[in-house]
Amino acid sequence: MAFAAFSTSTTAPEPAPRRKSPIALLLLLPGILYLVLFFLAPLVSLLLTSFQAPSEFGDVGQYSYAFRWENYVDVITAYWPHIMRSFGYALIATLLALVFSYPLAYFIGVKARPWPLLQSLMLVLVIAPFFISFLLRTLAWKQLLSDESFVITSLKALSLLAPDAHFTGTAFAVIFGLTYNFIPFMTLPLYTTLERLDLRYLEAGSDLYAHPFDVFRKITIPLSMPGIVAGTLLTFIPAAGDYINASRDFLGGPDTQMIGNVIEANFLVLQNYPAAAALSIILMSVILVIVSVYVKRSGTEELL
Amino acid sequence: MKISLGKWLLPLYTVLALIFLMVPIVYTFVFSFNDSLKSNITWRGFTFDKWLNVCQVQNGAVCEAFGNSILIGVVATVAATTLGTMIAIALVRYRFRFRSQTSLLLFLPMATPEVVLGAGLAAQFLSLGVPKDMSTIILAHTMFCISFVVVTVKARVASLDPALEEAGRDLYGSATQVFARITFPLLLPGILAAALLSFALSFDDFIITNFNSGAVTTFPKYIYVSAARGIPAEANVIASAVFIFALVIVVTAQVSRAAKEKRLAKLG
Repeated sequence: MAFAAFSTSTTAPEPAPRRKSPIALLLLLPGILYLVLFFLAPLVSLLLTSFQAPSEFGDVGQYSYAFRWENYVDVITAYWPHIMRSFGYALIATLLALVFSYPLAYFIGVKARPWPLLQSLMLVLVIAPFFISFLLRTLAWKQLLSDESFVITSLKALSLLAPDAHFTGTAFAVIFGLTYNFIPFMTLPLYTTLERLDLRYLEAGSDLYAHPFDVFRKITIPLSMPGIVAGTLLTFIPAAGDYINASRDFLGGPDTQMIGNVIEANFLVLQNYPAAAALSIILMSVILVIVSVYVKRSGTEELL
Repeated sequence: MKISLGKWLLPLYTVLALIFLMVPIVYTFVFSFNDSLKSNITWRGFTFDKWLNVCQVQNGAVCEAFGNSILIGVVATVAATTLGTMIAIALVRYRFRFRSQTSLLLFLPMATPEVVLGAGLAAQFLSLGVPKDMSTIILAHTMFCISFVVVTVKARVASLDPALEEAGRDLYGSATQVFARITFPLLLPGILAAALLSFALSFDDFIITNFNSGAVTTFPKYIYVSAARGIPAEANVIASAVFIFALVIVVTAQVSRAAKEKRLAKLG
């Protein structure tokens, strides 16, 4: 269900009786084979690469297969701050996106129900950031948050900001960028569950003299849990692996580099493939642990 | 007087939140009209020049990157939509072994951070000695689009009434005829939605592309590479044009869907 939030259909009708047929194999095989070759096999080669050792007489970037598990110790000691920073930033950005999106999704999905046209217009606005280049919208924020921008200079002139306040290159700017860029991933699944929320449960709560806050906390939140879980996963995963926002040319600085930045630098610049691979495996493992907790909750059939 | 949360605070918040989401879009659009020189940071005056001469700057580097992105997007979309639609039909219609493993294999690419997908493919291409060019980008994009196609088309297959196909068979339609004249046309809206989603994902992808592109430049990669020395206003022009194009498609789809629902409601 989680990722079906992006699909077009909102009604789930009765499943058709399922037949066994050799056609199923013909339909499945090409796509599954493709994913095995270009998704699973690369993960295996990433794992193999992460244990590689430098070739004895090779140049920079020459490695041979080995079982050098010390690679993991090396990257963890070298990049511990980056690893922690990635998950820290992603967690804060996910929480901020949830706080930002919940009231928005609630208004679109519950309060705006009498006006379907307004609902779809607002939904188009929520996904509109996807239609403009990810990199350009991040750069737009960089320019708006820079010291010379008219927003910052006028806020300083009005004494709403300290005269020495500075944003670009700070953790604030990176978390801000991550939050902004992944808000639609949070708002859409929240909207999908809130749109189907049966309001009679809320009425029942207030009929029984529950305070509006208690109705929200004990009825609305639990009923919208599927959307919250899906939204947090969809926001956290890309945020933890992102390296655009934290890049020095975008919103980040030398002290805000995340795990994605070090993977990129090690792979594409330093040609230290084993280090990049080991860091990728670490990132992937943490994400897999989080996802499997979710799979336990809802089962694999429900994932799609 | 009691202040009702839903009465005005929530609508006001919604308006402000939506305006906030629009800020970088408006900024990008406005600066596509900037009479800028090499970099496009300070406002120097209004001009239509950049819109009229998009391909003039840097010997057309922006347009070349844009063209590459379109080509990659189209090929990857066709491949991913074909493979994904076949899987979606099989998942809804048939019983088969290893069903939950198949679901997991389809789900995992969506749950894997892009940097891992990109580095993994790059590591595989490296160990096999495959040179990175346009085709490696297309292979990569097809891979991450398949799952999104399956999710989108699956919903459509599930909502399809099997009685319609049975009727076709009862009237002595061959399997091919039933598929071509009944199943496929009914699935088409879902397939088109999936294709649009694939194209959008491919067109805007940077992270996976960066690991598997070699010397080929796509539109997002062009922006990334130029970010350090300043991005010409022409990039804003292309991004704004793409934005308007995408908006028109989505609004048209919404309006036609609303019209169709109205028509169906009238029929009772």
